Amino acid sequence: MAKQISILIVDDEETVRDSLYNWFLEDGYHVECAENAKQALAMMESGHFDIVLADIKMPGMDGLEMLRRIKSLKRDTMVIVMTAFATVNTAVKALKDGAFDYVTKPFDPDDLSHLIRNASKQIVLQEENETLKDHISSLERVEDLVGRSEAMQKVFREIENVAPTNSSVIITGESGTGKELVARAIHANSPRKFYPLVSVHCGALSESLLESELFGHEKGAFTGAMYNRKGRFEMADSGTIFLDEIATISTKMQIELLRVIETKTFVRVGGNKEITSDFRVVCATNKDLKTLVDQGAFREDLYYRLNVVNIHIPPLRERIEDIPLLADYFINKYCTTMNRPLLTIDQAVLDRLALYPFPGNIRELENMIERAIVVGNGKKIMLRDLPFGKEILDNDIESLDEFEKAFIQQILNKYSWNISRTAKALKVDRVTLYNKIKKYDLKPSDQQI
Amino acid sequence: MDQPDQKHITILSFGYFDKDFLDKLAHPVRFELKTDVSIREAHLDLSEYFDPSRRQYNGNRLLKTVDEMAPPDSLKTIGLFQVDLFIPILTYIFGQAYLNGRSGIVSLYRLLNERYGMAHDENLLFERTIKEVIHELGHTFGLIHCHDPSCVMRSGTYVEDIDQKDAHLCSVCREKAGLK
Repeated sequence: MAKQISILIVDDEETVRDSLYNWFLEDGYHVECAENAKQALAMMESGHFDIVLADIKMPGMDGLEMLRRIKSLKRDTMVIVMTAFATVNTAVKALKDGAFDYVTKPFDPDDLSHLIRNASKQIVLQEENETLKDHISSLERVEDLVGRSEAMQKVFREIENVAPTNSSVIITGESGTGKELVARAIHANSPRKFYPLVSVHCGALSESLLESELFGHEKGAFTGAMYNRKGRFEMADSGTIFLDEIATISTKMQIELLRVIETKTFVRVGGNKEITSDFRVVCATNKDLKTLVDQGAFREDLYYRLNVVNIHIPPLRERIEDIPLLADYFINKYCTTMNRPLLTIDQAVLDRLALYPFPGNIRELENMIERAIVVGNGKKIMLRDLPFGKEILDNDIESLDEFEKAFIQQILNKYSWNISRTAKALKVDRVTLYNKIKKYDLKPSDQQI
Repeated sequence: MDQPDQKHITILSFGYFDKDFLDKLAHPVRFELKTDVSIREAHLDLSEYFDPSRRQYNGNRLLKTVDEMAPPDSLKTIGLFQVDLFIPILTYIFGQAYLNGRSGIVSLYRLLNERYGMAHDENLLFERTIKEVIHELGHTFGLIHCHDPSCVMRSGTYVEDIDQKDAHLCSVCREKAGLK
């Protein structure tokens, strides 16, 4: 036996106590005895017992009252009540009050052995369950969410505040900022964490597919519906549903969604039975939903229903202080995955990354680091291992001005010297671009003329 | 009858037992527990231990009495009975002993095949008795129930359980009892 189970015997009859004491001792249990409920409760306050075997009829406080007190004192303790044949009804009441089981005295030796063995198994399973829950919690800490910047610290605080509630959340942020990770963190830190987190990428599905995906369908609901299928709302019962790219859903689906979120009931496609599901909604979008509401592209009532809490994730270019930390994190992640020795990163690379606007945000940084680990062959990630600005890096640029000049030249060439498109790509206005062209005396290269 | 010495096990028989049956018991017990075995007849008025409401004999009280009757020069003592034993909480017992103590009791009553509607089998009864005697003596040596299916210290609540195990201690129990 891996764990020694402790048993407390509570009976006013000495012979019963002694008999059980010897019996369990021979089975290798840790056994103690109490002659009444008061003594037993005092022993339970100072010590731990996995199983309490108690007589129902005792002078003073009876076994039922003791059971109720034990359950309020130590909920996990398994109480087995012993009763005479005439008091089976009382034993049934004890079961309703939370007793694990009951035995009628005198009992068959095999019944007693089985009962205690079952209780012991249950205790071991409960403990395993707790251990596994802790393990899952540690796995679900969502380690990919990395950031020391004030902006990310604010996001972490918001996650911490909103996670334990049932409120709907909208996560906003540019593509690649980690909206799904924030959704996972909210779920993992909520009381719903032991139930599913069901993700739906609304943008990837047509209206009819999304309807079937969300609500499920009955066999024969449409061509190809060969079997009944549970929808995502049904699968998310007691858990969280994460609706990514919520801004892309059609007006019809917006109405459906609003109704389901308000009533928590729905009907499968092709079905007529109303299904109830207790889910929490977390949405994400890279669009400005308020603007879409103003433009009439997104229903205002749904917007307010979803937007109880808004968590905005800043783009990477607005928190460049997180880049070294993120780079280290991804180096660690990919070196471990690829079974490579841990690499370091050259300071020049970090300096260069800090200047890069990262339109693809963290996802882009992650890809860059993964690529650098694959293509690089040293112990350090160098500038040459990075995928961007190859043309610039080939030159011996030493100042920021030289870098800006080379970079603008490159983008101008890319857009065939179309000033409007280049200015848009660089996120500057045309006048600024003209001034830069003039400042750096930029000219179309031969190929562009 | 074996001659007692300073460190021996005593089997006290209460009621009628075939002499050959008792003599044959000594050898396997001696072999298993590496201790000399002495077999003696003893007498008790068992009616004092009879519980009319259960029509059985009180095992707790009998164990206490055997413990009091144990010869002072005996290391461990087992009382052998032919009556149906019970303890207050259980419907029946095959035997019981003081864990890490000096005494134990075993009854042949529920070891008999006839109790289960089958023909008498002397060899089977003998095997079951040896196993129960060694089992209870094992408890007096401080051994608790063992999970090894073949170990004699495996808990047995039905005669079929007793038939399943061997009359020997497993190596773990042997070591725990200091018999290696």
